Amino acid sequence: MEIIDFLQYSFIQKAFIAGFFVAITCSILGLFLVLRKMSLIGDGLSHVSFGAIALGLFFGIYPFYVAVPLVILASILILKISEKAKIYGDAAIGIVSAVGISGGVILASLSQGFNVDLFSYLFGNILAISNLEVVLSALLSIIVILVIYFFYWDLFSATFDEEYSKTTGIKTTFINNLLTVLTAVTVVLSIRMAGVMLVSALLILPAVTALQLSSGFKKAMLISVITSLLSISLGIIFSFFLDLPTGATIVMINVLFFGIALVYKKL
Amino acid sequence: MSIIEAKNIFVNYGPSEALKDISFVIERGDFVGLAGSNGAGKTTLVKTILGLLPLSKGSIELFEKNQDTFNDWYKIGYLPQKFSTINALFPATVEEVVTLGLLSVKKFPKRITKADKERAKKIMEELGIIKFAKKMLSELSGGQQQKALLGRALIAEPEILIFDEPSTALDPNSRESFFKLLQSLNKEKGITIILITHDTGYIGKYANKLLYIDRELIYFGKFSEFCADNKMQSYFGEHEQHIICHQHD
Repeated sequence: MEIIDFLQYSFIQKAFIAGFFVAITCSILGLFLVLRKMSLIGDGLSHVSFGAIALGLFFGIYPFYVAVPLVILASILILKISEKAKIYGDAAIGIVSAVGISGGVILASLSQGFNVDLFSYLFGNILAISNLEVVLSALLSIIVILVIYFFYWDLFSATFDEEYSKTTGIKTTFINNLLTVLTAVTVVLSIRMAGVMLVSALLILPAVTALQLSSGFKKAMLISVITSLLSISLGIIFSFFLDLPTGATIVMINVLFFGIALVYKKL
Repeated sequence: MSIIEAKNIFVNYGPSEALKDISFVIERGDFVGLAGSNGAGKTTLVKTILGLLPLSKGSIELFEKNQDTFNDWYKIGYLPQKFSTINALFPATVEEVVTLGLLSVKKFPKRITKADKERAKKIMEELGIIKFAKKMLSELSGGQQQKALLGRALIAEPEILIFDEPSTALDPNSRESFFKLLQSLNKEKGITIILITHDTGYIGKYANKLLYIDRELIYFGKFSEFCADNKMQSYFGEHEQHIICHQHD
């Protein structure tokens, strides 16, 4: 089959459209998360998504609608637990993440009916994405990108030097909350593509690849976006022609780019 | 005009008192050396002034406004201790770092304009770091990094600069030239300076006032008066008082 024929399939077109939006969002947001040592929040929130999706399926509600608000809530909970209970953020992520997974497993066991649907979210399938999911991915991605655009310098300053940024009047607590909520939305968006198990890779890998090669933050952002777009495009193409799972293929291509960047830096 | 006025301030870390009943007034044009031994509360005091730590009791006025209602943060330039707060992995260029100082004068949505970039260029030229503008901060020496952060503190044209032990990242030559630069900012541009140091044998050469604390206020006033103060002689001992005073012009 020629690549032109391949691009004429509507499910492939939808995969590319949704994939590009999610790739841009993940790669920009991921850079801030990696630099703020918050990489694992993506992992934790994806586990919460698992529980939220199970809840949606259990009550027969479209999982996306349940997952977005619940994962946002969980992201705020992670911040509050680490503030109020005086524990480190990774422990707070661990707690919320465990609740998400165990809640999902219990609901799956109780229902005995939607296990197949639920477990399809574990590894995602961008080739099976619906029209509604494409529209939601595009809309939410645009919102996330706009928020990052408007708060770019606040995010930059608070990530580079949080204490100093407070002395310039930046409300760092608000910025931290904002970043966490944006991450929550982005994680839910990415689940259909990479699945619960691999979603954090979409946030972390393009960012760490860019950090190997960049000399300046804007360049890092650009490299991160390009890496992410390339990985998603190549991932969709290779997974289709080689009959491989798409999410995992995208992640492995990302890993390959990271490896190349590491070797290039050493040279 | 008073730039900073602290009135009977107390700061607690849990049950322990980090600062106890400290009062002073810093006036426009002062160059204040803030000294004290390790753990005396120097950084705590500065962070409290900047609103980074909460007061337990007392009040602080900045530019004759209560700290709670003070919004003109661009008037205050701050250089934290030994780059301790900076994210070392962050790929920021020197130009980007200097530009960050302008965020205190920006309103939402904050944008960096061509004029801002020109301003950053001018500051980098004045500080002799223009050739590093596109280099990453992490690629520079300690002295050059210090100047980049000074550029960040200066770009919004502050009326007071607060430094937390700026000389610790510098070799003796860079330290001398850095302190001379501060002196010229104080004398020629009239910028008020507070400089934290534990190097009491050095600060007298540049500062006109000494603020010495040991969780509580030990001394605040002119250097010249400190050196003639018998009470201080009995507190520090003649030798220590001499070390603090002997380099003062």
